Amino acid sequence: MSNWEFGFTMIVVGMGGTLVVLALFATMMGLLKRVFPGEEGGPEGKQ
Amino acid sequence: MLDAIINGLSGLGAGFVHIHWSNPVMIGAGCVLLYLGIKKDVEPLLLVPIGFGAILVNIPLAGLMAEEGFLRTIYDMGIATELFPLLIFIGIGAMTDFGPLLENPKIFLLGAAGQFGIFLTIGLSLIFGFSKLDAVAIGVIGACDGPTAIYVTSKFAPHLLGAVSVAAYSYMSLVPIIQPPIMRWLTTEKERRISMDRDVSPVSRRAKIVFPIMITIVGGFIAPQGLPLLGTIMLGNLMRESGAVSRLTKASENEITNIVTLLLGISIGATMDGRMFLKTQTMFILLFGFLAICLDTVCGVLFGKLMNRMSGGKINPLIGAAGISAYPMAARVVHKEGLKYDKFNFLLMHAVGANTGGQVGSVMAAAIMLSMLKGMGIIP
Repeated sequence: MSNWEFGFTMIVVGMGGTLVVLALFATMMGLLKRVFPGEEGGPEGKQ
Repeated sequence: MLDAIINGLSGLGAGFVHIHWSNPVMIGAGCVLLYLGIKKDVEPLLLVPIGFGAILVNIPLAGLMAEEGFLRTIYDMGIATELFPLLIFIGIGAMTDFGPLLENPKIFLLGAAGQFGIFLTIGLSLIFGFSKLDAVAIGVIGACDGPTAIYVTSKFAPHLLGAVSVAAYSYMSLVPIIQPPIMRWLTTEKERRISMDRDVSPVSRRAKIVFPIMITIVGGFIAPQGLPLLGTIMLGNLMRESGAVSRLTKASENEITNIVTLLLGISIGATMDGRMFLKTQTMFILLFGFLAICLDTVCGVLFGKLMNRMSGGKINPLIGAAGISAYPMAARVVHKEGLKYDKFNFLLMHAVGANTGGQVGSVMAAAIMLSMLKGMGIIP
């Protein structure tokens, strides 16, 4: 594999992959908050 | 008798006889690191042992990095095995509160944009003739995350470890100087004044406990090569949030992290032997490391601007600069920058959220990079 091919792959897949994975994490966290909601001002919400 | 005395005396001062021109230069560099750490308070926990290690290893004939030398033993035990950065990651996880990030999950995306400099710098290093694995080690300085940089470099480019580590920690401490001009250059005054409401729902303790478990499992399946990094930081965080193992949490935050930081620092310093360190290559590494952090900031702020447009102007693009892993320094820089233009604009918690997103982002970027290298058959 040439350096150009390697560099291009790292930039496209690396940046894209990081963004997609973190977007997935953000979605999962949104779901997590729905499944385990915190109460406003309650003991859990203050954790 | 006289011969024995002369022979005995000839052993004294042998270091001066065997000195190489690079040794005094590196001893001077070690003294500069000590000065920065002790006098200027620049990352003293690391720069003091690194600086002293650099002095030790540049005294000829002491054999500290020779086979069975004491620095070699520490190096082989914790750096060559990648153990030290991982132990530090447990401590980092134990110290990090992901609450502000969980409150507003969409700012996680800023933690991804803040890592783009890593990949752009890899491309740049390749253009300048570095090998693939060397380019990866140089790019990872842009993670703004010392343990990640050390982990990746010790694995794939151990000959660059000294330069990469010094660059990573030095630039991390220079974030308050590097970032503000870029933030001002890329944003308008109107954007910098945007006040962000904290209209976010509270986070339950259960969510905080499930978070590290879920991230470990999902992240591990996506990029298994980076699981040591992701798993250790999340283990530390799980211990913190569960509250069930407070003794282990405190030990990870304090004793373990302190001991490992000392050993890590001195063994990194020990890689700074002048004959190997003083090369043109080192200058390029320091330059590209600087560029990597600048590019992280540029990409973070530009992504912040994009999120600002998409949210109808509700997001202050400055918080994009906090999407790097230098925690909590980057968040403080953003907060201070916001206050300069509106003294009632408190961006701190939003910036902390982006900053913790940057911590996970840097680990995930490294994990993705390692898994890609494996997938492309570049590493076994």
